[in-house]
Amino acid sequence: MEYDPVIGLEIHAQLLTDSKIFCGCSTKFGASPNTLTCQICLGMPGVLPVLNKKVVEYTIKMGLATHCRINAECSFARKNYFYPDLPKGYQISQYAYPLAEQGYVDLELEEGRKRIGITRIHMEEDAGKLMHDEHNPSSYIDLNRTGVPLIEIVSEPDIRSAEEASAYLRRLHEILVYLGICDGNMEEGSFRCDANVSIRPKGQEAFGTRAELKNMNSFRNVQRALEYEIKRQQYILEGGGEVVQETRLWDDTGGVTHSMRSKEEAHDYRYFPDPDLVAVAISREWVEEIHKGLPELPLEKRERFIRDYQIPAYDAGVLTTSRALADYYEEVVKLSGQPKVASNWIMGDILRFINEEKRDITACPVTPQALADMIRLIEEGTISGKIAKEVIEEMYKTGKPAKAIIEEKGLVQITDEGALAQVVTEVMAANPNQLAQYRGGKDKLFGFFVGQVMKATQGKANPQLINDLLKKMLAG
Amino acid sequence: MELNQLTIHELQEKIKAGETTSTEIVQAVFRRIDAVEKDVHAYILLTREMALEGAARADEEIKKGNIKTLTGIPIALKDLLCTKGVTTTCASHILHNYVPPYDATVVEKLRDAGAVFTGKTNMDEFAMGSSTETSYFGITKNPWDLERIPGGSSGGSAAAVVADECIAAIGSDTGGSIRQPAALCGVVGMKPTYGRVSRYGLVAFASSLDQIGPFTKDVEDCAIMMNILAGYDPRESTSVPADVPDYRQFLSRGIGGWKVGIPKEYFIEGIDAEVKDAIQQTIKVIEGMGAKCIEVSLPHTEYCLAVYYIIAPAEASSNLARYDGVKYGFRSLDGRDLMEMYKKSRSAGFGAEVKRRIMLGTYVLSSGYYDAYYKKASQVRALIKQDFDEAFKQCDVLLTPTTPTPAFKIGEKTDDPLQMYLSDIFTISTNLAGIPGMVVPCGFTRAGLPVGVQFLAGHFEEGKLIQIAAAYEKNANLGKRRPKL
Amino acid sequence: MKIQKDEVTHVAHLARLEFTEAETEKFTAQLNNILIYMDMLNRADTTGVEPMTHAIAQKNAFREDLVKESLSREATLANAPDARGDFFRVPKVIE
Repeated sequence: MEYDPVIGLEIHAQLLTDSKIFCGCSTKFGASPNTLTCQICLGMPGVLPVLNKKVVEYTIKMGLATHCRINAECSFARKNYFYPDLPKGYQISQYAYPLAEQGYVDLELEEGRKRIGITRIHMEEDAGKLMHDEHNPSSYIDLNRTGVPLIEIVSEPDIRSAEEASAYLRRLHEILVYLGICDGNMEEGSFRCDANVSIRPKGQEAFGTRAELKNMNSFRNVQRALEYEIKRQQYILEGGGEVVQETRLWDDTGGVTHSMRSKEEAHDYRYFPDPDLVAVAISREWVEEIHKGLPELPLEKRERFIRDYQIPAYDAGVLTTSRALADYYEEVVKLSGQPKVASNWIMGDILRFINEEKRDITACPVTPQALADMIRLIEEGTISGKIAKEVIEEMYKTGKPAKAIIEEKGLVQITDEGALAQVVTEVMAANPNQLAQYRGGKDKLFGFFVGQVMKATQGKANPQLINDLLKKMLAG
Repeated sequence: MELNQLTIHELQEKIKAGETTSTEIVQAVFRRIDAVEKDVHAYILLTREMALEGAARADEEIKKGNIKTLTGIPIALKDLLCTKGVTTTCASHILHNYVPPYDATVVEKLRDAGAVFTGKTNMDEFAMGSSTETSYFGITKNPWDLERIPGGSSGGSAAAVVADECIAAIGSDTGGSIRQPAALCGVVGMKPTYGRVSRYGLVAFASSLDQIGPFTKDVEDCAIMMNILAGYDPRESTSVPADVPDYRQFLSRGIGGWKVGIPKEYFIEGIDAEVKDAIQQTIKVIEGMGAKCIEVSLPHTEYCLAVYYIIAPAEASSNLARYDGVKYGFRSLDGRDLMEMYKKSRSAGFGAEVKRRIMLGTYVLSSGYYDAYYKKASQVRALIKQDFDEAFKQCDVLLTPTTPTPAFKIGEKTDDPLQMYLSDIFTISTNLAGIPGMVVPCGFTRAGLPVGVQFLAGHFEEGKLIQIAAAYEKNANLGKRRPKL
Repeated sequence: MKIQKDEVTHVAHLARLEFTEAETEKFTAQLNNILIYMDMLNRADTTGVEPMTHAIAQKNAFREDLVKESLSREATLANAPDARGDFFRVPKVIE
């Protein structure tokens, strides 16, 4: 029996606002425990929440970027449960009236495009951090994180494999980072993923019983966990058993999911409208204003690069991994007029340099102008492509422009036919055996002569000229 | 007359004229407290030192000529208003040692107006009750008869004012907790429009119903207090940015030509005969001032209690979830693990009435019941509000009794929760609709117990309430009686 | 709608409260009294009536995204029943 997986993903993304969603405490990550808290986010008696407008703005941005309907009105609800990292004993979230609904993202898969529906996007507050003591039966609470704004993005159960899930995650991740509203750091917890997984016999319409997966803290782990869970459920069904609806935790070390069979299993969250917050009315004007301010999104940018710059999809993919990189590339193209060449230099050399040093493109010592200038120098024939490889490395190390380096090191390409012809003559004279063999039919030795000329000219000879000269002169 | 027996406006005169100092006033108040507090028990905490220090500072300011509205005037605060550095217990074991790191907005405002605080007054635990009998710190007695309750939940504040243990006090009202004790203790009490006075720093009971308001000895003092308390606060999302008029301007206008609505559903079987009499007398006085009393109908009145006792406990059950022994307050040491810690802390920390309301609230919100109870109640609430909107199209204000009976004896009604709830029947609708309500004394029973009349007006029409209350007070000729303590 | 005793126990658990047998009995009776009284709500005709969640309907109470000073850690932990170093401490959840 063949089974198809049905997967839905729930993503929680921390928003990059300066202050928390309902109070003015800083959202800075990594601060000393319990130093970014106030009476409001601590849930002390008598406090009240006031909504950070930027949270609404950022959520609208994400809603627009994922083609959602932005609801004209939305409101907050209380999700009631007891846990030490939840100071008020309830989380302020959105339940019946979320901000955005019914959107989608398109995935670029090998088989082609696939559209994954987004059910809803809503705003809520984050909880604190609970740390368990291994040596005694205590837990320690740091409430810095309570009140950091989150958006929850719920997908339709349209995902059909662990690979698709990965692609979906990456797509959402790049959109969030492109919009500048989330830093997408899974290790630090600013981008989290839970999954709902079920399987059904091929051809069956009805969904199978689903399990909820939690505790997948990297892209790789999401994929591994899903792959494992699909197999686990398959094994159960093939053995004639039934999948239990439950929450399962991914165990990274063991490579398995464990059931969270605890008394807390069935949560009754007793949702009701939060009486301390008023409705959020989002006018069409506000949406328009935000829409205008949206950056070009990665998918659209890639399509445009392929279309306008005639570069392959692979190049477009690499060059759009960040907005900054894409902007850098386009600047170089604008200044040099050579999209494919620019792409090669960035992908082949610039990226290699900055990745080695773990630098961001924004901190690259080679400015787009400098790179464009170097490209022009190659185009003009001042230096050869081979020499340029040395030059660009020097440019990166020193930050000096190409021209200065070329002059300093005397790397100007030799294009004087007469001078080159002289060199060829000398090389021919110095290698009579090879010359004889070449003339005798060993064509492969052409490369040997090219190499010798290059050596004699310290690589500065114009390759095309060498080619032509050698062809003529070797022939005798 | 002793200084502590005077009103704010009388003391303001004396202070301005240099006839008295804040220190003298505060000392007079504390002499009175020393004399009667052991019988009345209006306070949970007395802040004598701080009050005297405040008085000294006030006297400095007065000497310089910096006299603000309440400079040097001793005010008492209900113990669910957060006072920075001073315990705020909500009359509960679970917060018995809680010290807030911030002041409530109204506390800040009163401080800025120069007020001096005498202490934190007693109340029903977490404001849940109408007799102040559920306080963890003991019962407050009605100064008119120490065997009777002062009303609740702001019983301590009401008793402190009528016993002259402070010049004015602040309370809170979720279902009548200012107005009912005001009536039972014979003082003036006002519940403002929802959103008129900031709730920031008011320990929440039912967020969509709670309001803070003043207890005063007369209507003029109420206007003075409202001028300070009212106003938009950006720290409260439900605060309403409406202008605050000078409420004193309403004190001397008459009510000639006014239409005063008498809701027929409020004049029912079960009202004590003497209370009914006092209200009828009041109506006569009102008509004698040139107003016309007309009958109006609030047809959904019969649902008010049900709506209130679904919405209030539901919100309360959520608001009180934070009392879990983790970050502040009482924690039971008997718990072997987290679950036990939660259950034992909350069960030992909360009193019976609070637990009952949490149970009811949790039940109505739990899965399967939300639609039948909470949602339905919210819908009927809209209908109740509509009733008032319609009524105010026909009249300027409404006039109703405040309580069905005068103050009952301590312990008389605590066993039957339903009976207790019935004593809220005239006041609850006000909170549901969010409209303002004001209570003024309108007489005494033969046994010498106070009766209060309630006036209701439309949203942000506190001015109208003060207008009719002031006019009535002037014309009622009730005479100045004081409790014999 | 009548509440049964086991339902009362479940609600108590949701609210993190515990009661003796006698208390549970008393609660069941008292809650039932009140709930019977509540059933009268069903007599009210609420067709087409929007639930009223706020006394005064307002919208868009916002604040700007500005950082304000937080409490010091001392102030944050000052009321804690059990503070350990920089943290609040609680007994562990026993799974």
